[in-house]
Amino acid sequence: MSTTVHILVALGALVTILHILRLVRLNQLRSKYALLWLVIAALLLPLAVAPGLLEWASESVGVYYAPTTFLVLAVGFLFLVAVHYSWELSRLEAKVRSLAEGLALLQAEEAERNARADG
Amino acid sequence: MSTASKTLVVIPAYNEAEALPSTLGELRSDQPSLDVVVIDDGSADSTADVARTMGVRVVQLPFNLGVGGAVRTGLRYSAEHGYHRTVVFDADGQHSPDAITDLVAAIDAGADMAVGSRFAGAETTYVTGRGRRRAMRLLSRIVRWSTGRTFTDTTSGFRAFNHEATDMLARRYPVEYLADTVEVLVMMCHDGYDVVEVPVTMRPRTRGAPSSRSIKLVINYLRLLIGILASAWRPRTQKERNP
Repeated sequence: MSTTVHILVALGALVTILHILRLVRLNQLRSKYALLWLVIAALLLPLAVAPGLLEWASESVGVYYAPTTFLVLAVGFLFLVAVHYSWELSRLEAKVRSLAEGLALLQAEEAERNARADG
Repeated sequence: MSTASKTLVVIPAYNEAEALPSTLGELRSDQPSLDVVVIDDGSADSTADVARTMGVRVVQLPFNLGVGGAVRTGLRYSAEHGYHRTVVFDADGQHSPDAITDLVAAIDAGADMAVGSRFAGAETTYVTGRGRRRAMRLLSRIVRWSTGRTFTDTTSGFRAFNHEATDMLARRYPVEYLADTVEVLVMMCHDGYDVVEVPVTMRPRTRGAPSSRSIKLVINYLRLLIGILASAWRPRTQKERNP
């Protein structure tokens, strides 16, 4: 890989880190997700700066083509993230449903009370 | 006996402004002593207003939750207001108000849940399409395999619950679309509740389309299977038998 590519990847990782820190500062990203993406960016950065690391890691686990190691890890990680998001979405949906029901019941009660007060 | 006034009829309604007046009118003339609450499931039409004009109580959900969500809201309403029995009744005029008496009688005889069955009685006049009939038989088989009990009409939404079952379901009613009726059967049987089937006659729906489009149906059956497997695996919350 050329030096240009390494510089681009390193820049990308840096921008990601800065962007995530900014989102956290603006209260638009919960810290648990921020942590997740920061760790990823922190892992990518040294790989971009020192590509020898990836070669070394691949060799020591017996992978001949170094990019494969990277792709397998990346796909595996994204898969886990997707499963986690489905889980999180299911929980959120259950909570929203329950809130909607509770709200409807409260409004009905309020309407009944008002009708009694009027009548 | 003042028990008659302690029964709540829950009517989940989604865009049923057209059918509601006759359903509610019939209900009032046949079962005048029962309290009625309509759960408007985020309808786009005037369902809630029509129900209010008819003088019944209305709980209006802020957006569409599906039948399961609407029924659970009704059961929560019933539990919060301390009703002894809760009857779930269709908005589209499929269920006949007379049959409520039979369901309530089954609850008073000690059942925790009574299911109105189109096919249990001698006169099975209810006509269904062949695809739907086959699907219903399949569901019946799945329920038998899962609970060891035979129910002739697993998808019937015409049901009555005593207050114990109402309290439990107000918290745990499965809200997945279409799966709710079958899953409740499985859940109640597994948890040791006393479930009985009561023969009722149902009329073909007067308005509106049956809630099953064939493409969605397959997906819903798969989802249902997952739901049933899940509730078979779930840790039991055995019913507390209070004498």
